Amino acid sequence: MNKNSTSRMRLLGMIRKETWQILRDPSSISIAFVMPVVLLFLFGYGVSLDAKHIPVGIVIEQPDLASRSLAGSFERSEFFRPVYFNAIQAAKTALDEREIEGIIWMRNNFSANLLSGQQAPIGVIVNGVDSNQANITRGYIQGAWLAWLTLYAEARGRPLSMPIELEQRVWFNAALSSRLFLVPGLIAIIMTLIGSLLTAMVVAREWERGTMESLMVTPLRISEMLVGKLIPYFVLGLGGMLFSVALAVWQFEVPLRGSFWLLVACSALFMLVALLIGLLISIVSKSQFVAGQIAIIVTFLPAFILSGFLFDINSMPAPIQAITHLVPARYFVAILQTLFLAGNVWPVILANMGALFLMLVFFFALVWKKSCKRLE
Amino acid sequence: MHLGHIIALAIKEFLALLRDRRSRMVLIVPPIVQLLVFSFAATYDLNNVPIAIYNQDTGSVSRELISRLEGSPNFQIIRTVSHEGEIASLVDNRDVLLVLNIGPRFSADMLRGISTPVQLILDGRNSNTAMTAMNYLRTILLDFNSNWMKKQGQAGPKTVLEIRNWYNENLQSRWFIVPGIVGLLTLVVTLLVTALSVAREREAGTFDQLLVTPIRPVEILIGKAIPGIVVGLLESTVIIILMVVLFKIPLRGDIGALYLGIVLFLLSATGVGLMISAISVTQQQAILGAFLFMVPAVILSGFSTPIANMPEVVQWLTYLDPLRYFLIIVRGVFLEGDSYDLLFNQYWPMLIISIVTLAFSGWLFRHRMY
Repeated sequence: MNKNSTSRMRLLGMIRKETWQILRDPSSISIAFVMPVVLLFLFGYGVSLDAKHIPVGIVIEQPDLASRSLAGSFERSEFFRPVYFNAIQAAKTALDEREIEGIIWMRNNFSANLLSGQQAPIGVIVNGVDSNQANITRGYIQGAWLAWLTLYAEARGRPLSMPIELEQRVWFNAALSSRLFLVPGLIAIIMTLIGSLLTAMVVAREWERGTMESLMVTPLRISEMLVGKLIPYFVLGLGGMLFSVALAVWQFEVPLRGSFWLLVACSALFMLVALLIGLLISIVSKSQFVAGQIAIIVTFLPAFILSGFLFDINSMPAPIQAITHLVPARYFVAILQTLFLAGNVWPVILANMGALFLMLVFFFALVWKKSCKRLE
Repeated sequence: MHLGHIIALAIKEFLALLRDRRSRMVLIVPPIVQLLVFSFAATYDLNNVPIAIYNQDTGSVSRELISRLEGSPNFQIIRTVSHEGEIASLVDNRDVLLVLNIGPRFSADMLRGISTPVQLILDGRNSNTAMTAMNYLRTILLDFNSNWMKKQGQAGPKTVLEIRNWYNENLQSRWFIVPGIVGLLTLVVTLLVTALSVAREREAGTFDQLLVTPIRPVEILIGKAIPGIVVGLLESTVIIILMVVLFKIPLRGDIGALYLGIVLFLLSATGVGLMISAISVTQQQAILGAFLFMVPAVILSGFSTPIANMPEVVQWLTYLDPLRYFLIIVRGVFLEGDSYDLLFNQYWPMLIISIVTLAFSGWLFRHRMY
């Protein structure tokens, strides 16, 4: 009984010390609360894969009814902002100078051929540098062209019927708005930053200054020391997470279709993994300089590129897919995207939580072993 | 200005940076590994997307359509659904990205020349993947349609779109992403080297000692900037060689124009790094400051999402981001074959950023003392 209460006292003392340390340094608080706001606003409002008002050059060599009606189809589409040229050369120069993203080229015999029933091809040139945007632009151009084709055929009394009509239904994100999928994924990145980066830096400072050794000669046990270090950052991280979720739901109107408490449970699990990685970095590097460098390299960029937050994991080559399994953010991104947009899909959630739990056990064992070794 | 002072200080900075084995490793190994891993990972192209087909039709036309899908490298049919109830769990559990639902009267209608709907159910959780997959599928159907009309002797549409892609003819996203990774890694390495250089000395108290020596602040500034620029230059050269040799990204433009861009970019990144370092009191603040700069700089640079899609206000913000200009230069020189004149508007903003940040850090050396 007595033993328990002194242990609790030691632990509380440790937690109090860590909390003071966080509260006194404005940079810790700012990474927990300012960073989520800045990032969520940048991503939520700033970053979008949905192209609108793409500047396209429309080259009409001979203006007449047919070419004007095709141009009108681009005018009506919210995806394009047409710019007119009467010669292809001027349009190509504009494409070179990045003033337009694509060219629709109707040659001077376009209408004549169309009326006489000959083939009347339309030339399309797309700037392919950004291949993803180029693909999207091509899709929109095809859409505008098909819309014109239907109208044109109707106007001439011979309605066009395509043999197969595609009826698409997009589940979970009917408008295919990229914000709805970027914002949940972003929460995983923010939590990686809070958990790993902050912990790595702060604990490395104690190693560097030798205060860690001072702590070790006190009656404090390793388990108490680790728990005492983790709890304040855990609270800070969960605070940042709740804040981000609130912003996502109320500011960016991302639907939260799954259970809120399940989200909290998954976040807590992920937070622990991120914190342990941060602790491990600090133990391995021993100096703030190296800890900061390692934390930047192993946390942000892998979470950004290898987590499936932006790039589709299934399309990566097999060896790279294997590497993504080592990135904890990968599992958390899958959980977040599912919980927010699809709901409590248990097979997805449980599989990813299981993986996170394995990582938790693994990193805990590693941190434990490394900190015991430091004592000797 | 005394050249000897600058050289001595630069040598000291290099020693501080490279003396520790771990810190040496951190500068060399991760950028190379990351270039390799990220370049293969960061792709928007879809390969072997798992899809399922619910074919209620028994005729030959649906089989023909399905064989088209089987032939596409983008899709992989991993499941044939036999009743409607299975669809929901396949999509929910992310087993497949999309399900194509072919109705029971499909072949009959097609043969009678009636327009027939085919239902596509897509998982929209990743909207970009969903949209790309939809575009692939549409192209396949468009092709199937016009072939079918030709075969049935119907008058198909007389116009076709002849689409060509400039600069990146096969629309490989690797050609777009890998040049971006050059900018990303160069920025990270330069910030790592410079952001801690002043803060570390401040924390140890040696910076005050440096200020009372005959070395003038301008000389300190240059001496501290040199390691960042040299390391960044070496690093980017190695990465560019790997890009050309390993990833076969065509280098179509003027290499001098590229290096002018690299030098200006390194100057501005060094300026930002030193400024963060000079503002910070502790190393921790410096690292966090570097982070608070780096993350938005990457996001707003157009590395992964186009600047043109951002709202007006955010687009204005991107003009402060040196990475924005550098990415246009790298992609321009590599893919579009640009030279100095087309890139002029990317050079001068970086020069201004460098001058402002470097001057401000030099000023901070003297005016922020504790």
